[in-house]
Amino acid sequence: MPKINIVIDGHSLQAEEGTYILQAAKEVGIEIPTLCYYPHMVPYAACRICAVEARNERGWTKVVTACNYPVWEGLHVHTNTPRVLNARRMNLELLLSQSKPVPVLQKLADDLGITEPRWGYGTDTCIKCGLCVRICDEVVGAHALAFGNRGVDREITTPFHLESEDCILCGACARYCPTGHIKMTDIEGRILHSELLLGPNAAITIPFRQAVPNVPRIHTNQCIHMKTGGCMLCAKVCPKECIHFDDQDEFEEFDVGAVIVATGFQDFDPTPMLQFGYGKYPNVISAIEFEQMNSAGSPTGGKIVMENGKEPRSIAILHCIGSRDQNYHKYCSRVCCMYALKFAHLVTEKTSAEIYQLYIDMRSFGKGYEEFYQRILDEGVHVIRGKGAEVVPTKHKRADEGDLLVRCEDTLISKFREIPVDMVILCTALEARKDASDIARKLNISMGADGWFIEAHPKLAPVSTTTDGVFLAGVCQGAKDIPDTVAQAGAAAAQAMKLMSKGEIMMDAAYAVIREEFCSGCKICNDLCPYTAISYDELKKISTVNSALCKACGTCVAACPSGAIVARHFTDEQIYAQIEGILA
Amino acid sequence: MTKPKLAVYWAASCGGCDIAILDIEDKILDVANFFDLAFWPCIADFKYADVEAMPDKSITLTLFNGAIRSDENFHIAKLLRQKSVVLCAFGSCASDGCIPGLANFYDKQSIMEYAYIKSPSTDNPNGVMPQPKTKVPEGEITIPYLWNTVRTLPQVVDVDYIIPGCPPQSNQIAAVVEAVIDILSNSKPLPPKGTVLGATDKSCCDECKRERNIKKITKFVRPFEIIPDPNLCLMEQGMVCLGPATRSGCGAKCVSANVPCRGCYGKPINIHDQGAKMVSALASVIDSTDPEEIEQIIGQIVDPAGTFYRFSLPDSILRRAQV
Amino acid sequence: MSFEPKILGILCNWCSYTGADLAGTARLKYPANLMSVRVMCSGRVDPGFILGAFRSGADAVLICGCHPGDCHYVEGNYKCMRRIPLTKLLLKGIGIDPKRVRLEWVSASEGNRFQQVVTEYTEQIRALGPFKLSDWAFDPEQSDPSDNGNVAHALENQPVATR
Ligand SMILES: Cc1cc2nc3c(=O)[nH]c(=O)nc-3n(C[C@H](O)[C@H](O)[C@H](O)COP(=O)(O)OP(=O)(O)OC[C@H]3O[C@@H](n4cnc5c(N)ncnc54)[C@H](O)[C@@H]3O)c2cc1C
Ligand code: SF4
Ligand code: SF4
Ligand code: SF4
Ligand code: SF4
Ligand code: SF4
Ligand code: FES
Ligand code: FES
Repeated sequence: MPKINIVIDGHSLQAEEGTYILQAAKEVGIEIPTLCYYPHMVPYAACRICAVEARNERGWTKVVTACNYPVWEGLHVHTNTPRVLNARRMNLELLLSQSKPVPVLQKLADDLGITEPRWGYGTDTCIKCGLCVRICDEVVGAHALAFGNRGVDREITTPFHLESEDCILCGACARYCPTGHIKMTDIEGRILHSELLLGPNAAITIPFRQAVPNVPRIHTNQCIHMKTGGCMLCAKVCPKECIHFDDQDEFEEFDVGAVIVATGFQDFDPTPMLQFGYGKYPNVISAIEFEQMNSAGSPTGGKIVMENGKEPRSIAILHCIGSRDQNYHKYCSRVCCMYALKFAHLVTEKTSAEIYQLYIDMRSFGKGYEEFYQRILDEGVHVIRGKGAEVVPTKHKRADEGDLLVRCEDTLISKFREIPVDMVILCTALEARKDASDIARKLNISMGADGWFIEAHPKLAPVSTTTDGVFLAGVCQGAKDIPDTVAQAGAAAAQAMKLMSKGEIMMDAAYAVIREEFCSGCKICNDLCPYTAISYDELKKISTVNSALCKACGTCVAACPSGAIVARHFTDEQIYAQIEGILA
Repeated sequence: MTKPKLAVYWAASCGGCDIAILDIEDKILDVANFFDLAFWPCIADFKYADVEAMPDKSITLTLFNGAIRSDENFHIAKLLRQKSVVLCAFGSCASDGCIPGLANFYDKQSIMEYAYIKSPSTDNPNGVMPQPKTKVPEGEITIPYLWNTVRTLPQVVDVDYIIPGCPPQSNQIAAVVEAVIDILSNSKPLPPKGTVLGATDKSCCDECKRERNIKKITKFVRPFEIIPDPNLCLMEQGMVCLGPATRSGCGAKCVSANVPCRGCYGKPINIHDQGAKMVSALASVIDSTDPEEIEQIIGQIVDPAGTFYRFSLPDSILRRAQV
Repeated sequence: MSFEPKILGILCNWCSYTGADLAGTARLKYPANLMSVRVMCSGRVDPGFILGAFRSGADAVLICGCHPGDCHYVEGNYKCMRRIPLTKLLLKGIGIDPKRVRLEWVSASEGNRFQQVVTEYTEQIRALGPFKLSDWAFDPEQSDPSDNGNVAHALENQPVATR
């Protein structure tokens, strides 16, 4: 690109041919106010706030709009002359004559020293900058907005003032409208985004703070480009060209020597337990939802608030929801008592809410846990021995009482109690993921009736499985807390390393062998092996077992009608002898 | 030089084995030349007393065919064991029990009642039964006492070699005879005791010329129901062919004649029970994982026990039906 | 004294053997009538083993494998599922009540079920009575060496032929 020599406010510089004064000025750090300019669109020069003075060496001079005035060799630009400022004031006053003093205009007026606009204020908020129309056309590509009417009636509208069918609800127009004239409203339940800080719903986000890898990703169902082929702003702004719209999920295959299964758990869904009103009363939340809210990266910024954004005055924490329950999970989820106490502590730290813990048994079994329990008691948390029975709306409530009434039997005082609270946290069970059986099948490992994977031996091989090279870590093997998970994961990793560092594996001495001299090549065994360890030797007209593939199930051995196959360590002779011996 | 002595005896058998020996064509002349016939009731009139009078181990080779199902069979088995250097269980009856062994599906009483009273062709209004001992004016006469259970020869006496088959194929007999003559005339060592002669260690499929593939059985058929493809494994055509669980040696005679192997050569050396093994092999390749369908498919096998144990019930793990 | 059946268990290493182990670690009591032999998979079960068990004095045989679809070796248990019904037909053919053989699917986690199956089967076999092996052994000293004197010689007192 040929370079062009220009001077802006006394700074000599080289600008690229075809660029406009606005960009060139920016390069030398000179700010020119704009209203209708947006870097990724063709300049439109509607607001004329970016007025500057252009001169040549021969003394020619003219006030031009910086956003769309191209540079030329020998151009001198002045951005701050009285003539320029007067032009800007005049243009702004003209805009204000149509518009209310919305913040962006007010700020400019302050900057330009306008206290009382000559023609007063208008009633509109739209300044006809056309940003919305242009962004919808040029960037989004939805072409849903247009200018309508002429002269003083000129306005931004959808065709025929009807709800647009072309609008994809991206919100770009409202986002870039400088005056806030365009608002996203709830059109027939199509809520775009709520007033509450419910987190970014941009089409491209970093999923959460600690995400690994910590990079943004495009939500294809929200991305404008995916809908219209337009936009691509993210790609335009990314200096490293990291945005690839065509990227697809890829399936990769790895050869590995060991697999550690750490697929964890899923949360028990308390919706079917109608008595707790989960899903019905907005302030009945599950433990994981509490964790989410409490996290500093949450939409509430870690504040503990109710649905209406106010801090709760009282909270009930109900233990064992779905655990230790004949109708749901019989087992104890092990972590709930302790995290419930942790919740109480966190709530006490952040709010002044009264806290009630409703428990069946307080299981503070781990190192330092009982001490923590004592501390929670000292912090004044009310602990009630009795499982929460139901949550109902408070009927005749006093002003200082919560909307929800928690009912329970306090078994220590043998009394039925009703506790009004603002918020209820359900300590839902840890349960096996619903896809656990797929994993079990894929990896050929066993799964208990409760859905947890089964270790090879509870004491002697607690991280191994019945499949060589597959190890277990964490909750997928049974409910446990983080310390136990980490300990188990360490052990699993060590087991996997043990395998890998050797670089070779010990084959089980038990495998099947076909004795050539007895095989008649009947092919009965040929299709029986699940590992296709058996093949037929066309030359010798006999079958053979690949001992590296054989897993020693013995199916072919039992089937071979000529007794040619021997299951090493499970031979016919050994089994017949065992049968005879054991029955003797 | 005195010639080696040969004995051939038939116990509970059909006589086919004796015929098979005679069937070895001109080789029979070598037999006659080489051996002195010490005892062969089928071809000449020998008396038990003559054998009893012989010194122990004076018979070089005894080919004993027939199963043991009466005290007479047992007596001669013991006698020939005592008098012979080498005792061979000759043929399926002696080695496995064979067709006489099918008696083990019943007990003695029901067999006798059927044979002497109930069978449609019997006219015996008084229900007369043969008695072991009968007094007649000349004194007491006895007939052999029939056992409740048919036994194989190796189950009752020590046997040196086994020559299987119903009957053993003549070419195999000829080969054995030739080998014996060679061993005896050249003072060669005998094969190890227990060796199966005139057969191999593999199964009938080894000798079967049919093309075979992965087996997936969806239906069983009986021989009369189809005309089998002569070049394809019969089992793949849904026939219950006992070839895979039957010792080879016959040259796959039956299968060559488009008839499934019935198992007369007995179980291959490494298996414990021909019937059970056949059940295992055959069921393994049924092409279904649905219990009901499996039941339906196996239901098409007519008389599984009789089929799988046609020649080997007395030699099976349980030896007889539990009655 | 009541009859205590001897039941041979042939248990798959991965499921029922582990299930039995679980029953043990969970202190679930099941009848001592079951004597177990471990195989790697129910697919290893040769019908001959069942016959061998009856020869060796078993009153019944219980075979346990993983639930269909859950076999550690993918489909070994399907082979067993095919063999056992045919084995039962064979047994029926040689006069053995097929109820004396039972195939059950018990997973590694079903210690309870294992206990139930064994208990129930033991009761069933107790009710069925002992299995008597007929005429297996051979005693050359017996008058009918084929039956060890088991058979009543009823035939000997039949009418004599009249000539
Ligand atoms: C509300 C709540 C509060 C808790 N508070 C505490 C506490 O304060 N202290 C404490 O010690 N413990 C606490 N726990 C317990 C703690 O969460 C668990 O111990 C821990 O998360 C277990 O870790 P994990 O890796 O085994 O499983 P998870 O944390 O469940 O991780 C499993 C991971 O595997 C992924 N995954 C699943 N399937 C697949 C697959 N097929 N392929 C690839 N990835 C897969 C999942 O997406 C997930 O990321 C709490 C639990 C709950 C429910
Ligand atoms: S929301 Fe998006 S698509 Fe709809 S009019 Fe506005 S900019 Fe255009
Ligand atoms: S089943 Fe036995 S005899 Fe038949 S091909 Fe296989 S190994 Fe050979
Ligand atoms: S023992 Fe099992 S795994 Fe091994 S070759 Fe035979 S069928 Fe295959
Ligand atoms: S099963 Fe029968 S037909 Fe098939 S290969 Fe064997 S002997 Fe031949
Ligand atoms: S094919 Fe079978 S039945 Fe026929 S002769 Fe050979 S072994 Fe005997
Ligand atoms: S987010 Fe869709 S183009 Fe950038
Ligand atoms: S591993 Fe249990 S039945 Fe196959």
